[in-house]
Formats: sequence, C-alpha cells, structure tokens
Amino acid sequence: MLGALVLAMVWLVANVQSNLERQNINSGFGFLSERAGFGINQTLIEYSEDSSFARVLTVGLLNTLLVSVLGIGLATVLGFVLGVARLSSNWLVNKAAMVYVEIFRNVPLLLHIMFWYFGVLRNLPSPRKAVSLGDAVFLSNRGIVVPALEMTAAAWWYGAALAVSTTAYFWLRRRARLLRLADGTAQSIWRPVSMIAMASLAFAALLGGVPFSFDIPALKGFNFRGGITVIPEFVALLLALSLYTAAFIAEIVRAGIQSVSKGQREAAAALGLPDNTALRLVVIPQALRVIIPPLTSQYLNLTKNSSLAVAIAYPDIVSVFAGTTLTQVGQAVEIIFITMMIYLTLSLLTSFAMNRYNARIALVGQKS
Amino acid sequence: MSSWTPTAPRPAPSNTVGFVAWARANLFATKLDTALTLLAFTLVVYVVEAIFGWAIIDASFTGDDRTACLKEVQGACWPFIEAKFGQFIYGRYPDAERWRVDLVFLSGLIGLIPMLMPNVGFKRANMIYLLGFYPIFAFIMLNGGMLGLAMVDTTDWGGLLVTLVVAITGIVASLPLGILLALGRRSDLPIVRALCIGFIEIFRGVPLITVLFMASVMLPLFLPDGINFDKLVRCLIGVALFSSAYMAEVVRGGLQAIPKGQYEAAAALGLGYWKTTHLIILPQALKLVIPGIVNTFIGLFKDTTLVLIVGLFDLLGIVQLHFTDASWATPETHITGYVFAGAVFWLFCFAMSRYSIFMENHLSTDRTSS
Repeated sequence: MLGALVLAMVWLVANVQSNLERQNINSGFGFLSERAGFGINQTLIEYSEDSSFARVLTVGLLNTLLVSVLGIGLATVLGFVLGVARLSSNWLVNKAAMVYVEIFRNVPLLLHIMFWYFGVLRNLPSPRKAVSLGDAVFLSNRGIVVPALEMTAAAWWYGAALAVSTTAYFWLRRRARLLRLADGTAQSIWRPVSMIAMASLAFAALLGGVPFSFDIPALKGFNFRGGITVIPEFVALLLALSLYTAAFIAEIVRAGIQSVSKGQREAAAALGLPDNTALRLVVIPQALRVIIPPLTSQYLNLTKNSSLAVAIAYPDIVSVFAGTTLTQVGQAVEIIFITMMIYLTLSLLTSFAMNRYNARIALVGQKS
Repeated sequence: MSSWTPTAPRPAPSNTVGFVAWARANLFATKLDTALTLLAFTLVVYVVEAIFGWAIIDASFTGDDRTACLKEVQGACWPFIEAKFGQFIYGRYPDAERWRVDLVFLSGLIGLIPMLMPNVGFKRANMIYLLGFYPIFAFIMLNGGMLGLAMVDTTDWGGLLVTLVVAITGIVASLPLGILLALGRRSDLPIVRALCIGFIEIFRGVPLITVLFMASVMLPLFLPDGINFDKLVRCLIGVALFSSAYMAEVVRGGLQAIPKGQYEAAAALGLGYWKTTHLIILPQALKLVIPGIVNTFIGLFKDTTLVLIVGLFDLLGIVQLHFTDASWATPETHITGYVFAGAVFWLFCFAMSRYSIFMENHLSTDRTSS
C-alpha cells in the first residue's frame, strides 16, 4: 500500500512538472521579490505600486487580521448579549433574540456580505450628497469618513498621570495584601486609588490642557479631505462577519449557561451570596468551561470566513495574493500553498492560545 | 327533597388568569423587566413597520421593466423576481428541456420524504433507490447526451439547480468519505492514521475558498495532459473533500462515545474489524451524531454559495448576475434580489435544523431508557 502511495505521488509530481513546462510557468518563490505594480485601497503599512509581492502578502495578511480581530470583538459582545437575552424570563426580549438568531444563522454568510456591500453601502448617495451626522461623520458610497484623533504634546502629561496612578494602584494593592496576610484586616483600596488618579489627572489637565485635537473631514470637490476614510468593503465585511457569527455565539452562550445546574445557583443563594456575586463566582466560571471550546471554533470560523472578502474586493490575503497576484504571476502551486499555510498557522495559533486559556479555567474549576 | 348541590367555585381573581396574568409574569415582573419590555417593544415595532412598509405597502407587484419600480417612495421590486424566476431556478437551462429538471426534483422528493419519516418502512429499498438509482438517473436526465435526450452543457446549468446539485453531491459524497477518515484517524496503522489526521487538519484549517481556488486552478496541473474536468466537477470535488473533513470530526465524536465494552463484546463473539465496525460500532455511533451530521449539512448548504467566486452561477450567483440587466436597474433591485435569495436559503436551512431537532427528540427517547 505504501508503495502504491509513493507511486501515486511520483505520478502527480511528474504531471505537475510537465504541465508547468508546457505552460511556461516558472517555479520557486523568486517572484516574491519582484515588483507588484498594482495599487491596494487599504494598507496598514506603507505600500506603493513599486513594492514587492512579499509586501503585498504582508498588506493582505494585516488586512485579514484587522477585520478578524475587530469582528471577533464585536461578535463576542453582541453574541453574549443575545445569548443572555435568549435566557431572559421576559417573553418579548427572549423571542426577539430567538428570531434574530434563527434568521441570521440560516442565511449564507456570502449573502450577508453582498447584501451589506451591494445592497446597502454602495446604494448610499455620492460624497456631494453624503448623509452627515453632526457635520463630522459622513456616510457616502465611498465609505464612512470620521474625524481623526490627533494627539498633541500635552498627551505626555496624561501619560505620566496614568503611569503614576497605575504604580500607586499596584503598590497599594500589595500593601493591602501584606496587611491582610499579617493580621487579617481587610481594607478597601479604591478610595485612595481613585483620589490619586483624579489628583494626577487634574494636575495633567492644569499643565497640558486639552491633549488632543480632531481633524474634521470636509467636502472638497468630489471627495472628502481630512479625517479617516473607512472603505465600504471593510464596513460591509465587518458588519456581515460579526452579525452572522454573533448568532452562533449566542447559541453557544445559551447552552453554556443552561449547562450549569440549577442546584449550583440554589447552593450559592443558600450560602448567602447575592445574585450578581453568585453569577460572577459560581455560574460564569462553570459556564465558561462549556463555552470556551466551541467559542474557539467560532473565532477560527470567523477568521477563515473573512476570506469571503474576495467577493467584494476587500484587500485581504485571498483577494490580493491568491487573487490579483495569482493572475499576474500564474504560479498557482506556490501561491495557493503559501495562502493555505498562513491560514493553517493562524488556526493553529488561535487554537493554541484558546487551549491555554481553557486549561487555566478548567484548573480553577477543579481546584475549588 | 332536593339534593345538595355545591356552589360553583368563584372564578379566580382576574389578575391571576388569562392574558393579564401572563403579561404580569412574563413582561412586567420587575421594574427592569418593564423597561426592557418597553425598549424591546419599540425596537420590534420599528423593525416590523420598516419591513412591512418595504415588502408590502411601498412595494411594486406588477410590471414588465424597471419603470414599475421607480416610485417616489419605493419598496421592494417584486416584478424583478417574477420576470427572472425561471432563470433563478434553472439558470440558462434551455426552456424546452426544463421538464427534465422538474422530473429530477420530483423523483428526488419522492425518495427523500419517506426516508426522512422514521415511521415509514422499506428503509433499505429506499436507501438503494436514493443512493444507487437516483444519482445515475439524475445525471442522465440533467446532462443528457443519451436515450435521445439533448446534451445540456454544465455551463448552462444555474440557479437553484446548481445549488442543489453541489449541496446534494457534497452531502452524499462527504458522509462515506467522512466515516472512512474518522475510522482511519482511530486506526492502529500509523501511516493510515497520520495521513487521515493530516488530511482532516489541513482541510479544517483553511477556508473553503482556498480549497475551491485549488480545485479550479491547481487540480488541472496535477492531471496528465489532455485530461480535463468540467469546472462544475472540479468544484464538486473541492466541496466534497472539504466537507468530508468536517464530517470526519463529527463521526469521530460518535465513535469516541461508544464504550470499550462494545468492542470487547464484539471481539468475544469472534467478529473481525470490519464486521465489528459495520454491525456494532457504526450503527450506534452514527445514531448519536445525527444532529451534528445535519448541522454539517446545513453549513455545507450555505457554503455552496462560494462557488460563485470561482465562476459558477448558483442561486446567489445568478441573482447577482441579473443585477447587471439594465432594463431592471433600480435602487431597490439589489435588496429585493438578496431578500429573495436569502428567503430561499433560509427555508432550506431552517427546515433542516428543525428536522435535526425532531430527530434528536425522536432518538433520545430510547437512549434515556437504556
């Protein structure tokens, strides 16, 4: 059997080689240092048409990471809210959350993305007739323009104030702990900490004044000047990914909280723990142990699903590397291999991190 | 002499029965509850009013081109769906041959409905019909080129037809492949095990779109000169391999839940590996993971939309294609088209998820008693 397998491999490799030779396609990774020659409309690092294909890969990867990380954050918040709402004893809240979950998770993600992009955002008026919110935020078919926050030199004073308060917090907490271990007296450190924080911030305000200024966008000719423009592709992808994944996270959270048996809550009440303390110390730690593993796979799904960006030309890694670069260079084997390896690495890293976190939680649960 | 008749019980206080009591308990139990109810109520009214206004009050229902959908306040443009309905279902399949597609849909339903009802017998005959006869029949009918049927090239297939072909082929192919991979992953042969783990983890770690790119760009490179697959077939292979990796993990969950005693009992009876697997382990394991299998199917069904990225026209792809028709270009055409496609997908996925819940309840009765 092993022999057959090796023979099959040799046959496949021979096929690839003869095909590549016939089509005059180079092989190897040399193309990465060649000039790309095309522009990208959202770059987190410096990029121009003269940059290399390796730079294209980095730009695409960073864009993928940006939309994934923000999407994970939004989806988690919305998903937890919906999951708790699904357990509410309030009939209306409960059913509203249920309808949301059933509608959003039973429609393909690609349709969500296209709906937001082609249906909503591209249908917005042109920049000249842009919808404005308080003359500072503008919605148009070129994207969302928001004021840019610019730090002035005075921001250093606030940084210093923050550093002083943080140091004071850690010092006071250590002292309180030592005192408690020495003679068992418990003392709250919140009053001194908040007083120090307020005093140092007031001092910074006195010395520095307002630490930031806004660069407010304004219409000049056919487009906006100033501010930060968020491209519509990014907004559509982020909205679709987080609204879709939130529906799945809601179900995971609901199942997790339901898995904590009623006796646990009753026992906490019998010990005299108030409701919110019982929730924080008894219910949530146990629910988290059930929630974390499926939540991890949702995070991985979201990251992988961000590759659907290619349908609306958001410049993620699949779009600019496995799409544009592939058509320019033609080295399908190398490019698809690199793309797959990057996603595999991302998957393995995420599941490694979440497994570490999961192990920590599980341990706490078993100790108590 | 009159017999004693008890006085009829007094009715319960009006605030403990009926709608009032229900509303007090479920909507206005505490101050926070009342606030939440009012907030949710405003939100629901707002959303329902917007949807109702868009889909019915401000919508156009009749017309032959875009002029029907250019009112001052315009809602949905339903005539667009009406005019393109045939395209959305069959794609560019020739009008005169569409009865063949209908026949395939119908004969599929005839096999599927009794299969899904647990109380109907003849499961084995049904299975042979669905997995043995039906795929061949469907292929001959759809593709043609024999039995006097005109050949219809797969580039002319489209719409719901392609969605269903990709989804059903994926489902039918991924189940046996997934079972084999799951068994391989638990095999004692190190090379088989390593290969299966590698396959499963690689396909689960990358997005489907890269697999489809690989199938459409790289697969031709691996084949000898002269042999070339149809684009639809290449996508089918990609989808089937991808979903079989997910199916394998679901099946593995079921295999792990079977107690060791079952294997030992089978060994004690003198059954070999294949007989043990086929007669003892798989029937129990698969039954345990039916909900997981259906969930994988739902995911696969939704993922079929991705084939539009590599240039096939499934339901979403064909809707997207018809937006470019200038005679229907209105501001509302896009949203109407997406809502229609979304409704069709939703119907299929929701039906599958309800069926999975039904089966879970149906099967759980005999598990709890054991």
